[in-house]
Amino acid sequence: MHGVPDISTFGAVWWLFQIPPKEQLLELLDNYTMWLLGGVILLLAILSVVGRVLRKKPEGTINPAVSRMFNRRIRAWWLMTAILVSGFMLGATSTVVLFGLVSFWALREFITMTPTRRGDHRALFWVFFVFTPAQYVLVGMGQEMYPFYSIMIPLYASLFVPTRIAISGDHRRFLERSAKIQVGLLICVYALSFAPALLDVEFYLDGEGQGEERALWPGSPAGLLFYFILIVELSGVAQYAWGKMLGKHVIAPEINASRTWEGLFGGAATATIFGVLLKWATPFTVWESAFMAMIIAVMGFAGEMTLSAIKRDRGVSDYGTLVQGHAGLLDRIDSLCFAAPVFFHLAKFFA
Amino acid sequence: MRLTGHVLSITAKLLTGATVRWVDCQPDSCQRVYFANHTSHLDALVLWSSLPRQLRAITRPVAAKDYWDKGIVRPYIASVFNALLIDRTKIKVHKSPVQLMIQEIADQYSLIVFPEGSRNMDEEMGEFKSGLYYLGKKRPDLELMPVYIDNVNRVLPRGEFLPVPLLSCITIGPPIWLEDGESKKDFLSRAREAVQRLKDT
Repeated sequence: MHGVPDISTFGAVWWLFQIPPKEQLLELLDNYTMWLLGGVILLLAILSVVGRVLRKKPEGTINPAVSRMFNRRIRAWWLMTAILVSGFMLGATSTVVLFGLVSFWALREFITMTPTRRGDHRALFWVFFVFTPAQYVLVGMGQEMYPFYSIMIPLYASLFVPTRIAISGDHRRFLERSAKIQVGLLICVYALSFAPALLDVEFYLDGEGQGEERALWPGSPAGLLFYFILIVELSGVAQYAWGKMLGKHVIAPEINASRTWEGLFGGAATATIFGVLLKWATPFTVWESAFMAMIIAVMGFAGEMTLSAIKRDRGVSDYGTLVQGHAGLLDRIDSLCFAAPVFFHLAKFFA
Repeated sequence: MRLTGHVLSITAKLLTGATVRWVDCQPDSCQRVYFANHTSHLDALVLWSSLPRQLRAITRPVAAKDYWDKGIVRPYIASVFNALLIDRTKIKVHKSPVQLMIQEIADQYSLIVFPEGSRNMDEEMGEFKSGLYYLGKKRPDLELMPVYIDNVNRVLPRGEFLPVPLLSCITIGPPIWLEDGESKKDFLSRAREAVQRLKDT
């Protein structure tokens, strides 16, 4: 029924047409990353088995909604892992392209949900076909383009969008319309692009040499990206689990009935522990790694709350139900979007 | 020609991310008339593309001759769809558009029509023109399928030529027929409601 190829198909097509250069492969997939990857795949395999068992349980013993959600999550993680692995194997550029496609699709869902007027059409065309690709091209060009990709959307795009809408001559709800497009671009494209941007940053080790003399971190930036995504997902699960076990004080029932203060603190604490345990995959010290993991957990929470608020405003339960049959991609990446730019900024600052 | 058809339908699907829903009905090769709301130039293409391949081969969109006859590209695209072109400027009594449609579809083809006549600027659907009624009257065996096209007007609104790739949805509902002794007005408003109802399902 669906003629639209999904992201995994794109990945497979790339795989067919590119022969991974040996050095790049080795460079990106070093030992640490291999360990991390192996661990993740093992964990996913175990979870998939658990998911099967849950689905087979006789009726009445387990809430079918929980089992469905569990299985859907695991499928999303498999897909995410597959995207990352295929991206890593084909080199940093492929990872950037894959993230670019994810951004494009997420923005599509975001704008589909947001009512725009005819006067926004030209501005939207620019947003989809100029600013989104441009951001990822800049990110793909590596860290010397940092002065541009870190500012292009917040500065140039966010001034351009209201101007283009004004030129089209429709003033009704002008501020609201501009803001919707700007926020969509900021969350779905700008913020997410900092995840693949991690692949081209030079990190230095603390305490060895001074200033320019500091020792370069020998580890793989792909490993760091993996670390980041892993902490985001684990902290999401931990928040859910702590909320289910101890949750009493719902933060904002109107926005999201399942997010509790207990869940947030428990999740952040658990993430901090993971940060300590996974320190070996990063250029950080133990304290830095713990702190980073905590920040990631808090920002992931912030992303989920914000996008929940946007959804409530539009009266939809998740982005997948906007248009029947589409699995909401934005629902899966909301926490990644908020955590990525903050993690990037702090990682650059610390290491 | 067939290749162009495939390319066009894949492009349309990628561009509009169209989800297709068959509500209380199934794709079938029996003769049908799909009638839909009309808000964008892409409507006919998207609706045609959303049908299964075997059905595309026997389904012909009805389009305006004065528009699709111009230039090189438009007549080519019209021939890829096997479009049935109706001359809006020269409508004669003895050769009415409905007669032409009936003659052209014979006992094989299905049709895609937009009974509002032209593309709609407002949110609200316009009144239906009478062609659908006469089709139903002269060929009571045709299944009249209501179709609601959602969001394609945002992909390519009237007067724009650059598309924005938003997600859209095509909903096809259960067929209706002209009832015994039903007046033209009653039938047309019932048909319009059948399309409208699909908006909320």
